[in-house]
Amino acid sequence: MRNFLIGAAVALACAAMLPMLVQAEYYYVLGFTVMQLIIMATAWNILGGFAGYVNFGSGAFFAVGAYTAVSLFKAFALPLGLQVLAGAAMAGLLGLGVGLLTLRLRGIFFSIATIAITIILETVVLNWSYVGGAKGLPILRPTEIPLFGNYTQWLFFVMVVIAVAAIAVARYIQMSWIGRGLRAIRDNEGAAECSGVPTLKLKLVAATISGALMGAAGAPYAMLGSFIEPGSAFSLTHAVNALAMPIIGGTAHWLGPVIGAVLLGGVQQVVTVTISSEMNVLVVGVMLVVFVVAAPEGILGLLRKFSQKRT
Amino acid sequence: MPHVAHPSMLVAGSYATYALASRGMDPLLAGLVLMPVFFVIGLALYQFYYLTFERRGTDTGLRGIAFFFGIAFIVQVGLILVFGVDQRLVEADYIGSSYEFGDWLNNIRIPNRMLVAFGVALALTVTLTLYLGRTFTGRAIKAVAQDEGALQLMGASSVAIKRWAFGIATATCALAGALLIIIGPVDPNLYQLYIGRTFCVVVLAGLGSMSGTIVAGLILGVAESIVLSTAGTAWAPAVAFGILLVVLGVRPAGLFGR
Amino acid sequence: MNPLLQVQSVSKQFGGFTALDKVEVSVGRGERFGLIGPNGSGKTTLINCISGALFNDGGSIRFEGEEISRLPAYQRTRRGIARSFQIPRPFGSMSVLENLVVPLEYVVHRGSLHTADTEGEAMEILRGMGLADKAGALASSLSQVELRKMELARAMAARPRLLISDEAMAGLSGNEISEVLELLFKLNAAGITVIMIEHIMQAVMKFSQRVVCLDAGRIICEGTPETIVQNADVQKAYLGA
Repeated sequence: MRNFLIGAAVALACAAMLPMLVQAEYYYVLGFTVMQLIIMATAWNILGGFAGYVNFGSGAFFAVGAYTAVSLFKAFALPLGLQVLAGAAMAGLLGLGVGLLTLRLRGIFFSIATIAITIILETVVLNWSYVGGAKGLPILRPTEIPLFGNYTQWLFFVMVVIAVAAIAVARYIQMSWIGRGLRAIRDNEGAAECSGVPTLKLKLVAATISGALMGAAGAPYAMLGSFIEPGSAFSLTHAVNALAMPIIGGTAHWLGPVIGAVLLGGVQQVVTVTISSEMNVLVVGVMLVVFVVAAPEGILGLLRKFSQKRT
Repeated sequence: MPHVAHPSMLVAGSYATYALASRGMDPLLAGLVLMPVFFVIGLALYQFYYLTFERRGTDTGLRGIAFFFGIAFIVQVGLILVFGVDQRLVEADYIGSSYEFGDWLNNIRIPNRMLVAFGVALALTVTLTLYLGRTFTGRAIKAVAQDEGALQLMGASSVAIKRWAFGIATATCALAGALLIIIGPVDPNLYQLYIGRTFCVVVLAGLGSMSGTIVAGLILGVAESIVLSTAGTAWAPAVAFGILLVVLGVRPAGLFGR
Repeated sequence: MNPLLQVQSVSKQFGGFTALDKVEVSVGRGERFGLIGPNGSGKTTLINCISGALFNDGGSIRFEGEEISRLPAYQRTRRGIARSFQIPRPFGSMSVLENLVVPLEYVVHRGSLHTADTEGEAMEILRGMGLADKAGALASSLSQVELRKMELARAMAARPRLLISDEAMAGLSGNEISEVLELLFKLNAAGITVIMIEHIMQAVMKFSQRVVCLDAGRIICEGTPETIVQNADVQKAYLGA
């Protein structure tokens, strides 16, 4: 526990001091994107990896966070921190709602419902002119920048904070009785229920937390490009990435999604720059299938097997 | 079986029909010709899925769904890379012309391609229902869904049955895809739309009810048309999913489910 | 007489099939109760309705005087009903020890986790079952026999007042059957009411104070082991008309 707190503090300090060393905007945008991937992967894994309920609609939660932030900023000029909290709250409620509707049923119904909610919400936003509808909405960054000289640097720092928080939450869940209950649900839900685990309640908790973290990841999104539009906010790429990263990295441990996010983010950057951005999407799909087939426990699983063979 | 890649097979069917049609083949014929091809693809895909997943035990639920999701995604992106994001359509004698019913129906004009698609779809559904109900393999397929262990004890190989069913399902995608492109132009983003419609119809009908799917399909079609004419095209995609969520909340077994 | 468990007029249907037809059964405090019947007679369905894996369609189920038939399974476990499964359902990704920690955390020590020594208690139970050397092993690596013992151990970890053992001895050898039997006797001596479902007649007869026979969803005979064995209906149910 202490090691983790030290590590977290170091990470935050590094992020805060980075602007003294690096100035180029590109690195901060890249860093922002990697943090976003880490948060989405970690959040997905809380329900998907720990409990075994697959969310195909990560885009919906992300977009709810983004659009909540945008509407509150447009209406009240809310500062970024509060935008993040509001986005997380709304997305968390969405998670709870979808959960209440479907977590009593077999897992596949939850998965289908998450796809449904993505399309429905996207359709709602497309018809909502206050946030720009299909055309999108340009956002003016606030002129006052807290702490940092550059708004992009500030955005990056906020994302690092959210990422550290997300990892802390995932780590706590994993190591506590909550994580054990979720794993029992994943392994054998009937037996878990008979062992005293309140399966529905735990699943709802996991769904709400997972959704809330995804909403937090989405809230600063519009500020990055000073623009928001439904196509990219609700994009299927968010759903595929959120699912692929933990599977590639390893679903049993909080470190897995982080590894998967960094790896996939890196590969995507390289492919987008060298080949094309469409290929980049194909690469994710292929990597997902390859890992699911050949390395079901992800990179962490491979590392574990490798170190076991040695001893 | 968590076959979320099914709608991507549908879209693939449409594009394959397009590919053949642009070489001069009649699209309906193309659909029929593609059926055996897709059937074999289905068999192969299931075999791979079985060898990799169903035999290994733990955690197959998540990985199985993830696998099919990956496949669906690869197919969809592959189609975009090969055919581009534009819409594609086909041409035939019965596309573009319409049939006028006589005085007894107030001279309603219905586009021929709709009639053709309706007729073929109806024939396909009836054939499948009869197949599942009357033939040995068909009933075995229904049995596998209900109690796999019992079926194995009776000497049938549940793996072979499931593989066969998967092949049939994929083959119907070929024909359905052809019908789809006959009715109207297709583009790769149809996957999202059709995953909604497919699941909506299946859940509304109730898992396991073949005849229910006709009723459910009709309900969905009417609902979408109503929304289309009252609220406009922007809301239409949400109809299928909206109905789906309502059904899940109110009566997850569907209208005719067991 | 204040029975621990009272099943009154309980029915359960699956579609058109009636699995339980107005079943009436009472189990007394501290009793050793046997439930027998041919395959498909509804024994496991009855157990499922009592433990909460299924909800009964009609009738009432009272435990310690409280109506429990609408409670979710985990709440029934928390009130003191535990069961083992006919086909073992281990938490495959966890060690044997961890499998037992789950009920300890969720039933026994719910309010006081920071003070509880759940692993220590789990080890105690494993030692009692003869599984101590497998504590660290992955549950998915156990043999069938070991899995069945773990099933019972996990049910016991919930510190139940009523333990339902669903064919725990199926497929075990003579020695192993005696082991499990001895264990159940020991538990009963400590005050736990035990309902035993078995096909192994010697075990049921040796163990039970009272036996009930189920056939096609109905109780066809109730009484001491001797009465049951001599009953014509029971013999017909098992051997055919």
